[in-house]
Amino acid sequence: MNPDFLTTAKPISKLIEELNKLPGIGPKTAQRLAYHLLQAPPERSRDLADAIVSIKENLKLCSICLNITDSDPCGLCSDESRDMTKVCVVEEPIDIMPLERTKKFRGLYHVLHGVISPGDGIKPEDLHIRELLDRLGGNPITEVILATNPNVEGEATSMYIQRLISPLGIRVTRLARGLPFGGDLEYADDVTLSRALEGRQEM
Amino acid sequence: MASRVYQTEGIVIKRHKFGEADRLLTIFTADCGKVRAIAKGAMRPKSKLGGNVELLTHSQLMLARGRNLDIITQAQAIDNFLPIRDSLELMSCGFYLSELVDTFTEESVEDREMFDLFLNTLRELSAAREGERILRYFELRLLSHLGYRPQLQRCSNCGKQLQEEINYFNPVQGGALCRECGYPDMGAKTLSVNALKVLRLWLRCNFETAKRVKLNVDLTREIKNLMRENVKYVLEKQLKSIEWMDKLAAENSVAGNTSANAIDQQSSA
Repeated sequence: MNPDFLTTAKPISKLIEELNKLPGIGPKTAQRLAYHLLQAPPERSRDLADAIVSIKENLKLCSICLNITDSDPCGLCSDESRDMTKVCVVEEPIDIMPLERTKKFRGLYHVLHGVISPGDGIKPEDLHIRELLDRLGGNPITEVILATNPNVEGEATSMYIQRLISPLGIRVTRLARGLPFGGDLEYADDVTLSRALEGRQEM
Repeated sequence: MASRVYQTEGIVIKRHKFGEADRLLTIFTADCGKVRAIAKGAMRPKSKLGGNVELLTHSQLMLARGRNLDIITQAQAIDNFLPIRDSLELMSCGFYLSELVDTFTEESVEDREMFDLFLNTLRELSAAREGERILRYFELRLLSHLGYRPQLQRCSNCGKQLQEEINYFNPVQGGALCRECGYPDMGAKTLSVNALKVLRLWLRCNFETAKRVKLNVDLTREIKNLMRENVKYVLEKQLKSIEWMDKLAAENSVAGNTSANAIDQQSSA
């Protein structure tokens, strides 16, 4: 048993233990957070506790785009100012956030909740590809933008989806792959560089 | 004491998320066999490791020995087999190859010959239009190299020389069976004269000759099933990526190969 446990009051050591399980939080950070909460006003810890509980109790998947939401359809799907003819396909709900931050895309999303990974036994049926195809039939969608991650599983998933959609006569595009802003050519890998060359643009 | 930092070339055969932006890699190296190592920050867009430690990339690596896992300090891709990545079919073969190598090897057992076989296979796959013959040749050579070479000259049961007729094959018995021994064996599959000839040739020829062998649809299927049985028997399990390859092949034959051909043309253009 951890010797600290004998000297620390039980509720605190319990909190430290729980915080420690979170990603990126080591034992020292957990201790600091726990003692911080102890000194903070009681409303603060109640708000935090409520927020944590409510993500488990009030959230569900949007029936259209499968994003995580508290209202169905989600805020993005029910926003009429958005471009209903474009759908951007992402791996995880968290991928929507960076795309929204760019303010360059005003269309809708579709969340797959994973990627095809044959080595781990993850098959297309385990993802929400069926729902995407259902969405395309009958809807005014003219373009599907594949925004899976630029790694082998992401590419394989995109190629597979492209194959399913192209017979429907809908335009399928893929996010460009190239050099990161603020990066350095010297450190770019060959795949990225060759894709960047292939996708070069007139200035 | 051995140096803490070492260099080798290797091929990434498996990778997992590890912590926030790190990757836990399984690498089949030329000098140290299968090694597990951490690539710190490999998932960040600006990581200088990222693209050099993707699945099925042949890289020059510098690693630092850790207590449990080694840490990759530098990586430079030698070949990333771009054509494999550009084709869903070839990439599926790649997924299968990496799973095969991972399942058949133990950590830290050096095996240069197997490394070369694996590397050559990826090079061939990268230059090929389809992976069927390449996978079968690799399976046979892999089994043979690891001491599971199927008996193809004599009957594995009675030891009689095999005649030029339909024989049988049962991995449980160790390979081919003659007509008399194979017929009553419920676990045995038939082995056609052509399949036997192809397998015998592949056991003693190099890649150049192996890929010149022309296989029709039936022969392809027969050899695929035989090799699959054999691999499954040795591993005592079916590999996960097989299901995916079968699904893809089935969907392609339904779609009349139209979309698959379109993609092939695109990538070769």
